[in-house]
Amino acid sequence: MSPQSSAVAYAEPRTTAVAAPQRYLTPTLRIRPTKGWAALNLRELWNYRDLLWILVERNIKVIYKQTALGMTWIAFQPLIAATILAVIAGRVAKLPSDGAPHFLFVFCGLTAWNYFSQAAQRSSNSLVNNAQLVSKVYFPRMLIPLSHTFSALVDFAVMLSMLFVFMAVYRVSPTLRLFAIPGFLFLTAMTATGVALWFSALSVKYRDCNYALPFFLQIWMYASPIIYPTSMVSPRWQALFALNPVVGFVEGFRWCVLGKSALNPTIFWITVTMSILALLTGAFFFRRVERNFADII
Amino acid sequence: MSDIALSAQNLSKSFKIAHQHAGLRGYRTLHDELMTLPRRLINRLKRNGRSTSEIFWALKDVSFDVKRGEALGIIGSNGAGKSTLLKILNRITEPTAGGVDIYGRVGALLEVGTGFHPELTGRENIFLNGAILGMSRAEIKKKFDEIVAFAEVEKFLDTPVKRYSSGMYVRLAFAVAAHLDPEILLIDEVLAVGDAEFQKKCLEKMENVTTKEGRTVIFVSHNMDAICHLCSRCILLRQGEIAKTDNASDVVAAYLGGEQDQSPVIDFAAIDSEASFRFAGLYRSENEPTTSFSASEPILLNCSFKVRREIEGLQPSFSVFNFKGDRIFYSSASMAKPAISVEAAGEHHITALIPARLLLPGRYFISLALHTPKTKLYDVRKQALSFRIVATVTDRYDGFSGDDLGHVHADVKWRRIEPSRPQSPRQSTLVSSQN
Repeated sequence: MSPQSSAVAYAEPRTTAVAAPQRYLTPTLRIRPTKGWAALNLRELWNYRDLLWILVERNIKVIYKQTALGMTWIAFQPLIAATILAVIAGRVAKLPSDGAPHFLFVFCGLTAWNYFSQAAQRSSNSLVNNAQLVSKVYFPRMLIPLSHTFSALVDFAVMLSMLFVFMAVYRVSPTLRLFAIPGFLFLTAMTATGVALWFSALSVKYRDCNYALPFFLQIWMYASPIIYPTSMVSPRWQALFALNPVVGFVEGFRWCVLGKSALNPTIFWITVTMSILALLTGAFFFRRVERNFADII
Repeated sequence: MSDIALSAQNLSKSFKIAHQHAGLRGYRTLHDELMTLPRRLINRLKRNGRSTSEIFWALKDVSFDVKRGEALGIIGSNGAGKSTLLKILNRITEPTAGGVDIYGRVGALLEVGTGFHPELTGRENIFLNGAILGMSRAEIKKKFDEIVAFAEVEKFLDTPVKRYSSGMYVRLAFAVAAHLDPEILLIDEVLAVGDAEFQKKCLEKMENVTTKEGRTVIFVSHNMDAICHLCSRCILLRQGEIAKTDNASDVVAAYLGGEQDQSPVIDFAAIDSEASFRFAGLYRSENEPTTSFSASEPILLNCSFKVRREIEGLQPSFSVFNFKGDRIFYSSASMAKPAISVEAAGEHHITALIPARLLLPGRYFISLALHTPKTKLYDVRKQALSFRIVATVTDRYDGFSGDDLGHVHADVKWRRIEPSRPQSPRQSTLVSSQN
């Protein structure tokens, strides 16, 4: 029986009626070989936003599945890290903290840093971990690393609320400056996404990235003012120091929370530029190499 | 023009095969890349890049059109380019040259269960998998109940899928994919999973999709039965090129038969086994080797094999397969009456006569085996011989409108029962069986 003659079956009321076959005069999709740099195709990303949210949801649900402490790990890890770092910085190394309580000073820096490093670390591995998906289904590949920069926001939210608790404990009164936190978070997220795109794309071809990134991040952390203040760096070199965008976010967070910070317009604008640069280069690099992912993953 | 759903023009895809990195299985590290950088730069300057890598064409100049509502099958041996073609159509990978114009929304079912996360529950995975396949959250919600009912996993919706049995897992995965509503559906080997009953259900669902819902389907499979069943037209790929395009059963027959008839007799190369085949051939009569038989003549199978030392219970056997790969029958020398013994060391020569009027017209394959029952296989020659049963004018297959006559020619004795007899036919058989 030809499909046309089965019109009766069509007419039956069905819960999932297929729309009458549409006739297209022009192709809805043209597949052609591409070369060189590709457009970002943000519209397509937007069309796949449902998938992004579901991937984000999956990431969050999966991380702490089958652990006894579950989500409390999010709070536990940075708490221990901050305590150790504060002891080392304050008691052992006797580093300055711009007059703020050492623990709060370090915790504040870690809030920004942890989000950044979590997002970068989880997403760098993400494409390889999802090789099955990448080689079997089409969707904008960028969604996979992106979903990790989004899901790391949950960790950030937990740390931020802990930060507020510690502010109360140390009797640091909140100011209107706290409203600037989302702005600095946005900058952090841009840079984290940029780094995530670079590393996830590179690790498809070079698995070395998975081994290199943890060291790289560790070095990066000590190169950033997490346990020491930027004021330790001589003013002459501060602009150069600020080329590391993490300097800007960490000092930005300290400015919001503690009020005292080395943040100045120079550092701020350098950070904004570096963040945008990180995101754009990451995104374009990703788009350029993503066409080969399925072949080499 | 508007009746075309998909049109591929001169589609080609090449891969570079690096010979020097063979030991690394194609994975390159930054270290390798940096160490070989000077040489690669020099090579590039010399335009001598070919010495380190070879270009392999997975697809070469493939052009075809698919009409709206048509089910197109794609077959070919492993490495013929089937999967590469589907991956290009599905935008997973890009062509090296040529292009495809697609008119409508494409959905793909490339592997059942891609995107399932073992730690997530069935419910969560339905949403995840659906979204990955391109459904919106609202669409999935609308179809949720239907999907769950099809997969028969209601009770386990909130259990992580890692605790599912493999059957449940596959059912759920197929259910999600089967409820996609694309205008053009790409399917790769989905039927290779699950038990027979579930495969049947999948086939039915796919048949529905193609014939009732009138959607365009491109179907890649090794299951020739499914191809013949679902597809009206079929493409045979060989080494990246289209070898044949025609109606499905002809292309399938060409693929399985290798187009040209094999020789009716074959000498086997020696293998290292205590018993091995030396020769096999098909004959019309003692001295007439052939691969073409009429349905009304018997087929004589001749074969010889060598036994190095006495093997207790050794028996030669053969099976006949139809062009779809279904085993039609199996026969072993041990079934012979009186039994024949081939256990002694030395060379044995046997014949087997396949009776006339057993096989329907079509193409068949014979596999040979030397084995001791349920213990050891000494030699097996898959599809060693092939032959064709040709319909002749005296074969009465007319009167049947379909083209599927089943698997064998049944010599059924028909008789008309005179209406004057008092009992109904059914009662009469009951009475006779009691006697």
